[in-house]
Amino acid sequence: MKKRSIVLRKIVNGVVTGVAGAAAVAGIGMLLWILGVVVQRGITAIDWEFFTRLPAPPGELGGGVSNAIAGTFIITLVATLMGVPIGILAGTYVAEFGRETRLATAIRFCANTLMGAPSIVIGVFVYTLIVIPMGRFSGLAGSVALATIMLPIVARTTEDMLRLVPNSLRESALALGAPEHNMIVQVVFRAARSGMLTGIILAVARVSGETAPLLFTTLNSPYWSLALDKPMANLTVTIFNYAMSPYADWQAKAWGASLLITAAVLIMNLAARALARERRLTS
Amino acid sequence: MTEGLVQRPKISVRHLNFYYGSQQALKDNNLDIAEKAVTAIIGPSGCGKSTHIRCYNRIYEMYKGQTATGEILLDGKNILDPSVDLIQLRMRVGMIFQRPTPFPMSIFDNVAYGLRLKAKLSRSELEARVEKALRDAALWDEVADKLYEPGTHLSGGQQQRLCIARAIAVEPEVILMDEPASAIDPVGTAKIEDLIFALKSDYTIVIVTHNMQQAARVSDYTAFFYNGEVVEFGRTTDIFTRPQKKQTEDYITGRFG
Amino acid sequence: MTSSASGSEIIVAMPGTRLRQNQKLASQVFRSCAGLCGCSIIVVMAAILFELLLNSSQAMATLGWRFLVTAQWDPVAGKFGALSSIYGTAVSTLIALVIAVPTSLVIALFLVELCPKGLSGFFRTAIELLAAIPSIIYGMWGLFVLAPFMARYVQPVMGKYLGFTPLFQGPPMGIGMLTAGVILALMILPFVSSVMRDVLEMIPPVLKESAYGLGATTWEVTKDVSLKYGRAGMVGAIFLGLGRAIGETMAVTFVIGNDHSLSVSLFASGNTIASTLANEFTEASEPLYLSALVELGLVLFLMASAFQLIAQLWLRAAAVRMGTQ
Repeated sequence: MKKRSIVLRKIVNGVVTGVAGAAAVAGIGMLLWILGVVVQRGITAIDWEFFTRLPAPPGELGGGVSNAIAGTFIITLVATLMGVPIGILAGTYVAEFGRETRLATAIRFCANTLMGAPSIVIGVFVYTLIVIPMGRFSGLAGSVALATIMLPIVARTTEDMLRLVPNSLRESALALGAPEHNMIVQVVFRAARSGMLTGIILAVARVSGETAPLLFTTLNSPYWSLALDKPMANLTVTIFNYAMSPYADWQAKAWGASLLITAAVLIMNLAARALARERRLTS
Repeated sequence: MTEGLVQRPKISVRHLNFYYGSQQALKDNNLDIAEKAVTAIIGPSGCGKSTHIRCYNRIYEMYKGQTATGEILLDGKNILDPSVDLIQLRMRVGMIFQRPTPFPMSIFDNVAYGLRLKAKLSRSELEARVEKALRDAALWDEVADKLYEPGTHLSGGQQQRLCIARAIAVEPEVILMDEPASAIDPVGTAKIEDLIFALKSDYTIVIVTHNMQQAARVSDYTAFFYNGEVVEFGRTTDIFTRPQKKQTEDYITGRFG
Repeated sequence: MTSSASGSEIIVAMPGTRLRQNQKLASQVFRSCAGLCGCSIIVVMAAILFELLLNSSQAMATLGWRFLVTAQWDPVAGKFGALSSIYGTAVSTLIALVIAVPTSLVIALFLVELCPKGLSGFFRTAIELLAAIPSIIYGMWGLFVLAPFMARYVQPVMGKYLGFTPLFQGPPMGIGMLTAGVILALMILPFVSSVMRDVLEMIPPVLKESAYGLGATTWEVTKDVSLKYGRAGMVGAIFLGLGRAIGETMAVTFVIGNDHSLSVSLFASGNTIASTLANEFTEASEPLYLSALVELGLVLFLMASAFQLIAQLWLRAAAVRMGTQ
């Protein structure tokens, strides 16, 4: 038997560690590169008017994206109001009532498949479901599309978080004569609270940066309109339209909007992680 | 074998069988639980002690595939009957678990939890009942100044007494204790044993324990379980001084289990 | 039967029966609501399939199988062939996987096995944040930063040394299939590496410890134990990444050039199913045009679902194998 040199083995180990480390550093490098570009180009486009004014007509300088900021906020809010409660209850059903039954397995399977569905397909679906019958694009259709994306995410995280709650807590509540709904809402939800909240924040962060499902549901609008049954301005489609336009000023605005949406999404993610860390520390 | 030993039983178990799916865990259990006394259930682990008392409040029904047959008479009424209201049954039969299970809420809300379920009470009434429960559980002096801190911040022994306070706040008739001191340090254990002794004037207590000294210290009656069967039942003094069955003697003298 | 009568007696004997009844009703209502919401997920899934099928039925009836195997896309003449979109989707995804899979693997290995303890938290957070950045931001960056970078530095060099193959011929325009693949790789990389990391972390420590106990180096333990045990999970992670990459829209739409012609060169413009939908959906005025686009969506949905399913099966197999389920 040929004996392998310890020195050689150590060298191989070192080389591999180095290569892997370099890949990780390169990953971080890409993050910094992208963030750097977004901040550098975005910050010059952001001023007071950016937040307060309506878009300027094509080719003219100035103006802002106040309508798109408001629109994105409203579309996301309405989507959250639809997607989160249904998602939480669906996750609760699977974790607390269905467990390993066929129905629960089917729900889990569908949720996984939906999570993997491309968001643009969700846009097509909502277009056929809502835009065609209504005869026009609308903020509501965009909200429904985003809610459809949130629903399986919230359901699956809720299920995972509820499963972490020990059964002894459920038994204790039931042993005191608590009705099932009270046990779940007062005790189990409370125990899983921060985990569920983390999941919800991550789901909101995910959809607030979505563009594809809004392209042909909400469309976009150069006007100030908060009516849910009409096309609504929103940041991500504005970025798309402005970036593809030939006007330098619009492209600059697109960077400004990119910075805004990136900052919002990253802040939500960091908040969710802080919350998750707090949970680990207290329990 | 046990007939006649307990004069007016609070609970009478008759021909109780229990199944986890198709696997039988309890075989034809018969047992009488004396009112306002402490009954200890002892036996090696896996012998069905916990399973047995989990039938008294039907908590096992949370899980699919777990079934019980036979009769458990509480004041002469069979609680295994499907028509029995589980919520009411569990308000009459409280339970303390192996590990303390404080709910993720304040000490006050933990104790008030069951009270709020049972009836609408005014704030002052609620406070009075919570204080009484905490006093009865010998915890009041330790927590009076921090009632609104999370129950999870207490020590293990305090948490367990909090769970006892929570259980007695709703004034059950029976309290089931499933190895209540097994996860707690010796000082906490001593306090809980004192508490059990104090509580038995008002409550019928059934305690499962693998600690024979504990059974001998706190109980009036003792049942020895082995392989899902009630091997021997009698007054605690009799069981520990002159057991009738070889298996019981072997177990309490430490020859197995 | 006496026992059932005795059961109801208990109820009557207890005070506050009204409250109990309400609570029981509330529990039932809660359970039903939860059940309905749970079923809504199945309904949504079925509705997506139904709507896509219904709204693409005209294209299916008119175009038949030719839709999938011809490349001519001429809305004015009413000719719709999805081949160039499907080809573009496949090629851009393939480029992404070729770049992202090995890189994700070493990053995951680094995070779990090799990274100094103090640093791993930082790297994890950074890589997960990379996954959170919206795809449109990648698109912007791709269009304004990466595409010029590729045109100026990367593609000329590739053309010079690899130009003998038809894959790397043509003018270095920056925009095109290759750049789209690189952007896609960047987008799925953090996602795939965190799934791979999860798989590696599922490996029972005792297995690794016993290898260390024999005097193996970190790399040897990784190669001989972790990768062997994590193999099924790795395949699952790759399929998850695949499912993401084929449906990714915005990042690709910005940089792929959106051209329906088929060309072998990776420098040339192309399109994917998702980018075609993004660009043309609002313009589709003819019913057949719209129907063809919906059919494209259906094809994409079925492909993504298939990959998702395969990924789930592999990941489950991995979990079973490692005894965590």
